[in-house]
Amino acid sequence: MVHQPATVEQAKQLGLLEEEFHKICDILGRQPNFTEISIYSVMWSEHCSYKNSIVWLKTLPKSGSKMLAEAGEENAGLVDIGDGLACCFKIESHNHPSAIEPYQGAATGVGGINRDIFSMGARPIAQLNSLRFGNIATDRTQWLVKGVVKGIGDYGNAFGIPTVGGEVYFDDCYEQNNLVNAMSVGIVGVGKSISAGAGPAGNPVYIFGSATGKDGIHGAAFASKDMSEDSISDLPSVQVGDPFWEKLILEASMEIIEAGAVVGMQDMGAAGITCSTSEMSAKTDVGMDVWLDKVPMRQPDMKGWELLLSESQERMLVIIEKGREKEVETILEKWDLTFSHIGMVTDTKHVRYFMGDVLEADIPAESLVLGGGAPVYRRTWKEPEYLKQIAAFELNHIADLNLAEAKQAAIQLCNEPNIASKRWIYEQYDSMVGTINESTNLPSDAAVVKIVGTERSLALTVDCNSRYVYADPNKGTQIAVSEAARNIRCSGGVPTAITNCLNFGNPYNEEVYYQFKNAIEGMGEACRKFDTPVTGGNVSFYNQSTNGQAVYPTPTIGMVGIIEKPEHRMSVPFKAAGDAIVLLGNTRNDLGSSQYLAKVKGVSHSPCPSFDLDEEFALHQLLETLAKEHAVASAHDVSEGGLFVTCLESAMAAGLGFDLCTERGLRLDAGLFGESQSRVVVSVSQSGLDHLMTLAAAAGVSATHVGTVLGKAEVIVNGESWGGMSAFAQPYASVIASYMN
Amino acid sequence: MKFGVVIFPGSNCDQDLIKVLQTYTSEPVLKLWHKDTNLQGCTHIFVPGGFSYGDYLRSGAIAKLSPIMAAIAEHAQNGGFVLGICNGFQILCESGLLPGALLRNTNMKFNCKNVHLKAGNTHLVATRKIDANKVLCVPIAHGEGCFYCDEQTLADIEANGQVFFRYCDADGNITDEANPNGSLNNIAGISNATKNVFGMMPHPERCATDYLLNTDGKKVFDSIF
Repeated sequence: MVHQPATVEQAKQLGLLEEEFHKICDILGRQPNFTEISIYSVMWSEHCSYKNSIVWLKTLPKSGSKMLAEAGEENAGLVDIGDGLACCFKIESHNHPSAIEPYQGAATGVGGINRDIFSMGARPIAQLNSLRFGNIATDRTQWLVKGVVKGIGDYGNAFGIPTVGGEVYFDDCYEQNNLVNAMSVGIVGVGKSISAGAGPAGNPVYIFGSATGKDGIHGAAFASKDMSEDSISDLPSVQVGDPFWEKLILEASMEIIEAGAVVGMQDMGAAGITCSTSEMSAKTDVGMDVWLDKVPMRQPDMKGWELLLSESQERMLVIIEKGREKEVETILEKWDLTFSHIGMVTDTKHVRYFMGDVLEADIPAESLVLGGGAPVYRRTWKEPEYLKQIAAFELNHIADLNLAEAKQAAIQLCNEPNIASKRWIYEQYDSMVGTINESTNLPSDAAVVKIVGTERSLALTVDCNSRYVYADPNKGTQIAVSEAARNIRCSGGVPTAITNCLNFGNPYNEEVYYQFKNAIEGMGEACRKFDTPVTGGNVSFYNQSTNGQAVYPTPTIGMVGIIEKPEHRMSVPFKAAGDAIVLLGNTRNDLGSSQYLAKVKGVSHSPCPSFDLDEEFALHQLLETLAKEHAVASAHDVSEGGLFVTCLESAMAAGLGFDLCTERGLRLDAGLFGESQSRVVVSVSQSGLDHLMTLAAAAGVSATHVGTVLGKAEVIVNGESWGGMSAFAQPYASVIASYMN
Repeated sequence: MKFGVVIFPGSNCDQDLIKVLQTYTSEPVLKLWHKDTNLQGCTHIFVPGGFSYGDYLRSGAIAKLSPIMAAIAEHAQNGGFVLGICNGFQILCESGLLPGALLRNTNMKFNCKNVHLKAGNTHLVATRKIDANKVLCVPIAHGEGCFYCDEQTLADIEANGQVFFRYCDADGNITDEANPNGSLNNIAGISNATKNVFGMMPHPERCATDYLLNTDGKKVFDSIF
């Protein structure tokens, strides 16, 4: 045993609190050495322990009729999707690495989330991502966008899983701390998934994949620190990704699981060997002896703590059924993967790490992990000052537009990167490999992928309008969940479950913690209403600029839904000239937190759009009926840019035009560009119009006949021709490229 | 007829191709591992897309050294059928089984989207069921798909009717705007001089399944079988 006791000062330098150091002394019954406090510092970081968030996360709904594994039980949640299949999905952040080294930061985010999925035995079938950047006009943002997009593309494209959906927003609050959230979705047979447990004592522990280097050491602690001017000196904490190895690891993992020789498997992400060995031990209440000198190393003379904390990518830890080592080794050799037998499951309940004969660390596994000995904090909160500014907003102080001004505003919104097409970005991702992406040739609000061999499809989406969450953390998060569910409904699917990526500022800032707590409460409320339990996810605190200003609270929702039959699908494009355009839901005199108000009128602080969960729910019930009865030709939800942009998008996707009338009694700007929630634009043949109105009335959803689909590519608003579609479609299609090229 | 799909480490379109090929035969489509040295009696060899060996060097530059490639070269020299798609096309060019090379796209970016194609020669074994004026919609997904060769080779390819497909617009016009990667003469695919080895950058296997709502790629497989 290495007996050079570590000091409180060293512990603090590693990010531990003084009280945490004393707690470690109590657990061990002695003073820890440097390796041991290094281990605690990463395992008790927010990234691994959720110490500042778990109290609130536990209030989220976790169970439901379709849940096969609940949040926290495994690396990712498991949902029953019928036909003996389960869907496994999760979203995770890689914000801080991407802010410093966008290419590798984003690439390794993609790699990590996919390993979470296939370490459970599920083959990834689709990926999504949610990105936030600062002002697109700045050199820094353009550098970040190019790097992040290329990083996601190069990794995902080579790995060979299609990127089928995502969202991108630009806002000044993300200028220095951009967000990169990556989601992966996989499928596994029910009962065939692999647990992250260790099984009985005597089972051998193997590491396979890349060799371990010094990259990413203290990455988890880095992720749990404020971004600051000297963050650039953290560069060695950013890992380097290798999608080729990841692909080999995927195929080899699938084969060794198929062989039935695997007891447990976990990928090495944050805190590397430390995290995987201690979590797997704690899960099955056993211990593990690990011989660090047996770990394949990328460079000579690595220290024990370096091997323990390295976050070198593309590595897996696997516990094999005793006696079946040779079978597994043969498969790993077939794929030319480096592997090593590095340890043994024991009944000591301690993780013990050796270098040769020297015991470097000896720690009760339970004391390291979430739900075990890791600290849990209740932080205090206070209502943020800025909410007063929001409450003071007066709509009457904003002048309405006349029709000519409205046309100019419409063109301006089409030039707005938050509204314009993200084609420049998504065409750099392989969206079609795997031949299951049903959205390529028929786009819908959620991405639709076929579950091969069944009638069903999955509808997948990621959503969060963080401007709304900033204005009202509770309502804004309800809207984020609702928009995700609405996107799935508009695609003909039934929302099933969510994963969340909670991007917030510093939790020790009471105003930030107010945002966090209220967002979680809003999320819980909406998820209970839609019966979409939370299967897991990720918390990313400390997202802020160098002057301490937090990013908008951004609780990104990744949602999975099921489309029961192909004929239930609904899609964005209008279908035929002469079809009626009908707006479902209520439009209010509401410009709150709209892109129009922020970008055209320059109002930074305004309330969250009006929103009512029951109204939203009634809309979803109607959409389900419309899908099952094939009652509409198209469906597209109203979001950024309001009714005008929604109609424009449905028309552009079809190469058609539209004639639109706003409702009487409304402000023109609110009618065209307001972002009142719980609204969907559908089109329907004239012969189907009455039936649609009857269904809407029966569901208690207001339906307004607002226009007609035109055969030529023209835009008519309130009786006045605004000319050809190209005046709007051209900037919509090209504005992002014009900044980036 | 017996179909074999070559699998290199890093291939990722192999399963998509097998799924489509399997609809054309009751015999199992064979997976040919890159370390194998014989083709197990396959009459039709397919080299799929992906990132063989990671393609960290020039695409296909390592794959051409795989043991299986010697057997494929011999098969090709004996007049056997070979089709490489995307990374498969790159590998066949690197191996010298097809002329020319595939450079980085002129916009220097990976690009995944539907493009339009016209057959360059409808008398080839892989285009014979495609109408000369028919415009096919087929996806591309590559970063290195700019077909390039020296002037004499290009003249020979054109003169010998070795152009397999060309990029065109929705109306079938061969224009610069319709060329997604800067390929010479809008070339999307070629054959060898003896017209038994084919390579194309677009992915016909990605548009040969009904639920994808585009089955233009079936025309290529219909022609072959």
